[in-house]
Amino acid sequence: MRESLSPWSSLILPLVALLLLWTGGTGFIMLAITALLWGLSLFFLWWRLTDVQEPASVERKPNPAEQERALRHAIESALEPVASALLITTRQRILFANAAAREALGGHIVGQDPRIALRHPDAFNLLEAPESDQGAVSATIPGLTRSGSLWQLTRYTVAQGQWIIEAKDRTSEADISRAHTDFVANASHELRTPLSSIIGYVETLADAEGAMEPAITNRFLGTVLREAKRMQSLLIDLMSLSQLEAEKHDAPTAEIELGALIARVVAEFAPPPGCAARVELERGETPFPVTGDVKQIEQVVRNLIDNALKYADADKLVSVALTADARGMAKLTVQDRGPGIAADHLPHLTRRFYRTDPGRSRAAGGTGLGLAIVKHIVERHRGKLDIASTVGVGTTVTIALPILVKKA
Amino acid sequence: MMAEHTVKAFDAEITSLRGLIAEMGGLAEMAINESIQALAKGSLSMAEAVIARDARLDKLEAEVDRLAIRIIALRAPVADDLREVIAALKIAGILERIGDYAKNIAKRVSRIEERTRFEPLTLIPAMAEMAADMVHDVMTAYAARDAALAVEVIERDAKVDAFYDSIFRNMVSFMVENPSTITSAAHLLFVARNIERIGDHATNVAEQVYFAATAEYLADRTERPMN
Repeated sequence: MRESLSPWSSLILPLVALLLLWTGGTGFIMLAITALLWGLSLFFLWWRLTDVQEPASVERKPNPAEQERALRHAIESALEPVASALLITTRQRILFANAAAREALGGHIVGQDPRIALRHPDAFNLLEAPESDQGAVSATIPGLTRSGSLWQLTRYTVAQGQWIIEAKDRTSEADISRAHTDFVANASHELRTPLSSIIGYVETLADAEGAMEPAITNRFLGTVLREAKRMQSLLIDLMSLSQLEAEKHDAPTAEIELGALIARVVAEFAPPPGCAARVELERGETPFPVTGDVKQIEQVVRNLIDNALKYADADKLVSVALTADARGMAKLTVQDRGPGIAADHLPHLTRRFYRTDPGRSRAAGGTGLGLAIVKHIVERHRGKLDIASTVGVGTTVTIALPILVKKA
Repeated sequence: MMAEHTVKAFDAEITSLRGLIAEMGGLAEMAINESIQALAKGSLSMAEAVIARDARLDKLEAEVDRLAIRIIALRAPVADDLREVIAALKIAGILERIGDYAKNIAKRVSRIEERTRFEPLTLIPAMAEMAADMVHDVMTAYAARDAALAVEVIERDAKVDAFYDSIFRNMVSFMVENPSTITSAAHLLFVARNIERIGDHATNVAEQVYFAATAEYLADRTERPMN
């Protein structure tokens, strides 16, 4: 360690040599030793002085055990705050567990046999695996910490018989793939229901070979048409969801005027002549420029008004309002005066195919995807979705989108 | 954390004994989970793997016996060390029994017919998960010398027992309604019984953990009335 020695400490050697000369050492051997020492010290002085710009400290020869302990300490304090769980272990004993590992596996594991921390037989096989040149061996362990959990363990060889074991929690990823499987199962179930009733009615019509009363035939055909339309709207919703999934990470770029857009969508819900309007719009004169995708925002507004009309009583009014809040967000609220939603359903409303009352939702022609689509679109626009509801009073859905600040 | 011993080899032996017990616990837990999976899926190859792996548990139990006797003979342990060794001896025996129950469940996989239509089969995995969780948590309590967790595991046994009772009733009425499936249903009844026994054995382990950690015996539980 060059930098830990002071250059001037090398002057000790020539002093010793001087001392030797002075104490009367004579003879050829003494002279040779003195010359050698002088030579050495000059070389040493040169070696030190070529390097003086580095910080100097006291010379000390660390003993190997101390050195190892210091190194261990340095490594351990470096590993301590690492986010993934790390163990330093030998086959017999866990030498160190960082904070994440103690959190996941318990603080008691340090100093114990590694099998105490990693009880699963596959984890044990990982410990027993022969050390290879590649260094790392890996295994996926189910139920390491609790049932349903999934951990990936990787063993890195540090030295002969000393390993670092990294434990990565893969539980949530396993959950995601499980959710994906659930989604496919749900979607096929949702498609199968209308399909089987279409098949049933068409088969009945075919079996009758025209000998059926026209009134009944017409009713059956009406059902077939309604179910076919349900499948069609479900497919459209599924397609827009999967497209949203694909582009959810790139924010929209176009500038749109929210007020005009909402007025346009509300106009779509205008009643046929002679009927009372069911949707009222309330908005100020100020424009609300936001960044967004016209089609998607239109879909959000349409889905929300559609929901409000579908689930509230036919004679109740749906209020749509657009306001600005203090933090520069444009707030769109869609408020119905329907039966309201019980509090325990609220957290699940944006889940795909979640229904508070499956029978009624299907009767109203819902696909179970409307709010999931709304949520995805709002998230893509960096906005916020909030659903508040009181049973017996009604439901208010609020969407907040950041108002575009014009640069002067 | 226990105090270190002057003789380092003694420490190493106790650590290794605890490691063996933990390994047995892991094997027993996996045997329960896989035998139930084999049962639910009807996978004979998985069931055979469970049966084959049970030999490893037996071997480990013998290893624990040897090591425990060696420690007692050479080190003459006292106080908490003695409790540790005695608890290990007993727990090894219990875990081996748990493995046998799992093996027994695996052996019944091939005897259950018409699995897809067999409705009582859906209740068994939920019950088995509770029992397997008890085994998992009692082994965590052992590893951490956590007496409170051990007591908590013991309290959970009542739920497994209640589950067993409900499966029993369910199964009996199922047998009355579907006499043709009586053989399969009887096998499932034994499976449920085995799981219930696994839960009981988990509480036995918990009692040993409690004793090793606190030097006190838990008050005897009142026995559950038989069906």
